[in-house]
Amino acid sequence: MLVIKNLTKRFSGQPIVERFDLTVPSNGFTVLIGPSGCGKSTLFDLLMGIVPMDQGDLTWQGQTVVALQALAAYMQQSDLLLPWLTLERNACLPADVAGVPPKQSAASAGALFVKFGLEGFANYLPSMVSGGMRQRCALARTLMFGRDLVLLDEPLSSLDAITRRQLQAYLLLLQTEFKKSILMVTHDVEEALLLADDLLVLTAAPMRICERFRLDMPKPRNIADRSFLEIKSRVLARLEKEARW
Amino acid sequence: MKRATLLPLALFLVVLTAWEAFCRLGGIPDFILPPPTRILRVALGDAAILLPHAGITLVEILAGIALALAVAIPLAVGMHAQPAVERALAPFLIASQAVPVFALAPLLVVWLGYGLASKVLMAGVIIFFPITVSLLEGFKSCDRNYRILFQLMGASKLQALRKLYWPWALPYFFAGLKVGVSVATIGAVIGEWVGAQQGLGYLMIQANARLKVDLVFAAILWLSLMGVGLWVLVGIIEKRCLWWKPASDME
Repeated sequence: MLVIKNLTKRFSGQPIVERFDLTVPSNGFTVLIGPSGCGKSTLFDLLMGIVPMDQGDLTWQGQTVVALQALAAYMQQSDLLLPWLTLERNACLPADVAGVPPKQSAASAGALFVKFGLEGFANYLPSMVSGGMRQRCALARTLMFGRDLVLLDEPLSSLDAITRRQLQAYLLLLQTEFKKSILMVTHDVEEALLLADDLLVLTAAPMRICERFRLDMPKPRNIADRSFLEIKSRVLARLEKEARW
Repeated sequence: MKRATLLPLALFLVVLTAWEAFCRLGGIPDFILPPPTRILRVALGDAAILLPHAGITLVEILAGIALALAVAIPLAVGMHAQPAVERALAPFLIASQAVPVFALAPLLVVWLGYGLASKVLMAGVIIFFPITVSLLEGFKSCDRNYRILFQLMGASKLQALRKLYWPWALPYFFAGLKVGVSVATIGAVIGEWVGAQQGLGYLMIQANARLKVDLVFAAILWLSLMGVGLWVLVGIIEKRCLWWKPASDME
């Protein structure tokens, strides 16, 4: 379980994040949704220790930590695959850096590639495959970090709608199959509703949580579900109010 | 043959023909401006004189490139790894280009003698700058998110250099190397002009003094061939090293 307490960050006096509290349960799927520019990416930078926080306490599995840098795997909107490495070597990069023998990491990556529908593409270069496959490879690489906590920063927002639907099913595997604790940021309400256990709506400047939705429907969920539609309209209403579109 | 190669070739032939006609019809003496056919005949016919000198110049150029690489790569890596090193060296690097390097050629001959060393240093000094600058620029162009990815993986500086920065900067490096090899011939020849006992530059000075202008042109022809050859060679090595680049990116 990840507990964030009292997280505060100011840029030149302007509070971006102020007294922000958040709990990500073990094996839970927590989703943050909010207007663009509300500071979600700053939040991840703070959590990962890329930008120092002004104030705040992080606790992971009961232990106080300074940042999640060595504890969490981080996946971004851009796949960040290295164009000169094959899909397999890209996925194995965290293992290579950690000094795992290439054959051993290749075996682990191979198993993930089967799960993610990349079987037979291990030796392809990123430039030779589709955006959806690249992002699935990035997902495999995220798992190759071998960390229990996964931060997802709008991981599918660069993909087209149909590819995105397919990949949402793969993201769900992070929770159901790989038993990760997940914190995801997204702009896509449907995506949030399909995946989240806890859905938190954010406000901007300073960022804080203005409403929580607890979603208990079993997964995988059906987007056409009636109860689903009802919550969706409530979330959208709340978002519209916050964003003042 | 493709249109892209056919057009410049046709233009080249037109210019050569005009040159030939100008010399022959205008009765221009060979010691002022020899026609292309005469230059070609000398370049091939006197190959026994030209080639040993060309060999010397080529050795100077290659050694100059090697020297430049040996300086430029550690320099760029050091400046990239330690911003303090960059801040300390950047003014000198720029100043080294403000100095007219060719003006140093006589000094280099005084210091290093009439042998290969002064020419190698001359070529090296000219080549190292574009290589250093483009390699450093390549390192700097590396996307922030990739840097963060490596940071989060816990990669050491050396790992990040080997697995990320170096391959990332390689296309920039080759761009700099291409500029470098194309000016390398100039460096070697100037060095030879100032003081040498062999090499194409030396041959040109000697031939010029005896009004053997056709031999001067023949030497220039061989120099140009060497320059083009080096360029093509670097291009081949580049394609080998950047095999992963989509063909559309490699122009």
